[in-house]
Amino acid sequence: MTHILLAIVLGLAFGVVLDRVGASNPSYIGKMLNLTNLNLAKSILLAIGVGSVLMFAGQRLGLVDVGHMSVKAAYVGVFIGGLMLGAGWALSGFCPGTGVVAAGAGRRDALFFVAGGLLGAAAYMVTYPAWKASGLLDPVGGGKVTLGAVPGATYDGLMALPGDVVGIVLGLGFIALAFALPERIMGQPGLAQPAE
Amino acid sequence: MPLNWKTGGLLLGLVFFAAVLLVKPIGVSTQFVILDGIIGDAVNSDLVTKVEEGWSSTNAYLAKSGGKYAKSVANPWNYSFLFVLAMALGGFLSARLRGGLDKAERTMPALWRTNFGDSQVKRYIAAFAGGFIVLYGARLAGGCTSGHMMSGMMQTALSGYIFAAGAFAAAIPVSLMLFKQEA
Repeated sequence: MTHILLAIVLGLAFGVVLDRVGASNPSYIGKMLNLTNLNLAKSILLAIGVGSVLMFAGQRLGLVDVGHMSVKAAYVGVFIGGLMLGAGWALSGFCPGTGVVAAGAGRRDALFFVAGGLLGAAAYMVTYPAWKASGLLDPVGGGKVTLGAVPGATYDGLMALPGDVVGIVLGLGFIALAFALPERIMGQPGLAQPAE
Repeated sequence: MPLNWKTGGLLLGLVFFAAVLLVKPIGVSTQFVILDGIIGDAVNSDLVTKVEEGWSSTNAYLAKSGGKYAKSVANPWNYSFLFVLAMALGGFLSARLRGGLDKAERTMPALWRTNFGDSQVKRYIAAFAGGFIVLYGARLAGGCTSGHMMSGMMQTALSGYIFAAGAFAAAIPVSLMLFKQEA
């Protein structure tokens, strides 16, 4: 029951915040990816940094359960799948989460994205045995690993470094990168930016 | 207008932290598989079946890892599925609170219109095709922007970095090719 309530509260919060940072608007995704307005990239970098610092600092203080971590396996298909997702993300302006949020926000094109997504996921379900047989889903670099070994976690570290310290340092690095990133890289800075 | 990037990024980071503090890292794309499974099982009830050790499926993907996806298909009111449904509701409420989308935005985003014109059919085909590639890729990768990139890199997962490298290596050139006019 608690989990049901948490799912609703956290899901609602995530949906609202994704909408408010502009991630549910494909124009902002497009402007980030064609490097003309990096404000959304700055938000994402800051979010990763803040999340990382709080989680690993919380673990060190004993306030965050290390067992709540969930690290996914590394394999060649992660990179191939990432390339595919990136291409579709740029074309549509949606990723799975923001597509769902945008559909809720009233974007009709997002409904087509979700429908296409359901078909794409079904296509993967059907073709999964071929990928499995290809070996491209076999673990590389140790599979489910973090960059350093996190104390108390069941995951191996890629390097013999304290994983929680690595997480805090990298988190601070992401925050610094968020501030350092320019607002735009391509195009003329003087061009008007009308509201949505 | 969206929030200032500092406020927005901080709030987004707090949500990712709250999720891992209270339950587990955020992820979304698996739930497209679960919904497919629910639809498939409604059409053909042999798709997901109860077995001695839990649940299994005639589909190898649903049956993998001890049938954990099959189990979620059989019990859709689970944390991860409700989380994604609540996200849509969050989008709805947020859009309402900021006054709703105007008519033009509801059919297509401004940046698309500037570059590709007013054709709704064209935009809907692009969104559908994009959705297909995005979810096929996300399932091949084992996660999406939320699960791999944000939750993964936040946890210093090697897989998160590999995924982000692939995603941006494709997304930036494709976007530069497609969206040459600024909106």
